[in-house]
Amino acid sequence: MVEFNLPKNSRVQPGKVYKAPAGAKRVRSFKIYRWNADDGKNPQTDTFELDLDACGPMVLDALIKIKNEVDPTLTFRRSCREGICGSCAMTIDGSNTLACLKPIEDCKGDIAISPLPHMPVVKDLVADLSGAYAQLRSIEPWLQSDTPPPPDGERLQSKDERALLDGMWECILCFCCTTSCPSYWWNGDRYLGPAVLLAAYRFIVDSRDERTGERLDALEDPFKLYRCHTIMNCTQTCPKGLNPGKAIAQIKTLMMERQV
Amino acid sequence: MLDTRESLMVARTSDGRTVRRPVSPHLQVYRLHLLMVLSGSHRITGMALSVGTAILLWFLVAAASSDAAYGWFAWAIGSPIGYLAMFGWTGALWYHFCNGIRHLRWDFGKGFEIPDLYRSGRMVLAATAVLTVLTWVGIFLAR
Repeated sequence: MVEFNLPKNSRVQPGKVYKAPAGAKRVRSFKIYRWNADDGKNPQTDTFELDLDACGPMVLDALIKIKNEVDPTLTFRRSCREGICGSCAMTIDGSNTLACLKPIEDCKGDIAISPLPHMPVVKDLVADLSGAYAQLRSIEPWLQSDTPPPPDGERLQSKDERALLDGMWECILCFCCTTSCPSYWWNGDRYLGPAVLLAAYRFIVDSRDERTGERLDALEDPFKLYRCHTIMNCTQTCPKGLNPGKAIAQIKTLMMERQV
Repeated sequence: MLDTRESLMVARTSDGRTVRRPVSPHLQVYRLHLLMVLSGSHRITGMALSVGTAILLWFLVAAASSDAAYGWFAWAIGSPIGYLAMFGWTGALWYHFCNGIRHLRWDFGKGFEIPDLYRSGRMVLAATAVLTVLTWVGIFLAR
């Protein structure tokens, strides 16, 4: 459902300010979204001033510094710190990206950080992705085939067949794209969103998969696929430089082709 | 229809009570960029066109019914606000038309790389401006 304003319990209020240590020369403010279930308050924006001379280059370095040295209750997901696990996806400076790949220098002025947009908040910067994970499960993202593999080896692909998967196998399922999509904001209960559709297309075009028809049948739905209106926030925001908007268009093209 | 995401809105406190989770900010924090604005404008101009169609209908009904009815129409459309509305309507028409062609190209699976998206978007804006101005030059020359 389209709701431009946040519900009453979700409106963000000003929070605490943590000043930079005395003598800091390169000071930047990080305005970070805070919410937890226990204190019974609306979400707040806390401001943390950091000395960049004593901090690593990436936004994730700043978050870790805050957690270690200023406020240990600050909650966020992170693991690999090199853009391959997809855990630290969040909204930084107005668009979704991975905190570990986002240089602080790329942001102008105060740096606003909030959880992935239009999602239920678990705590602080942690959004609940279980809905998106269930949608990923629903497209059955694994190879399915009735033909048994050759007795003496793997299922082989030509170089061209393999090349079709480029730009899709690289997806790390951080859901930056899905949660950047206004269509997903308004209809995320029924629209699958760009990350899941990219995963669906990855198996649709895989030469080793024999469920292409069934996969397309499952997407032939006014909401699951066709809520994509080519807003292209997905492609614009993907921290891995992939093109989910194009993958969705290609699914639509296949839908057309099999009808004529 | 109930939004099934409702089931994800329940949080539990440390002492076991349930509370409602907030929805994270979206439009409030997401920075607008050209592609997003062009897409929104396609919708807005689409809606403006349906209002414009109602005015077109008014013109047809007025022209078919009586001199007095047509007089009212001519007075309204000849007023400064009427001119402004007509200018907006032609602008919306050309924008929706040009961006519609951009959408058609996408429907063939083409033009999805980021530089392409920006290039075609700027072309749509330029074409809209040129065609709208030409339309009005034509209107004033034909009077």
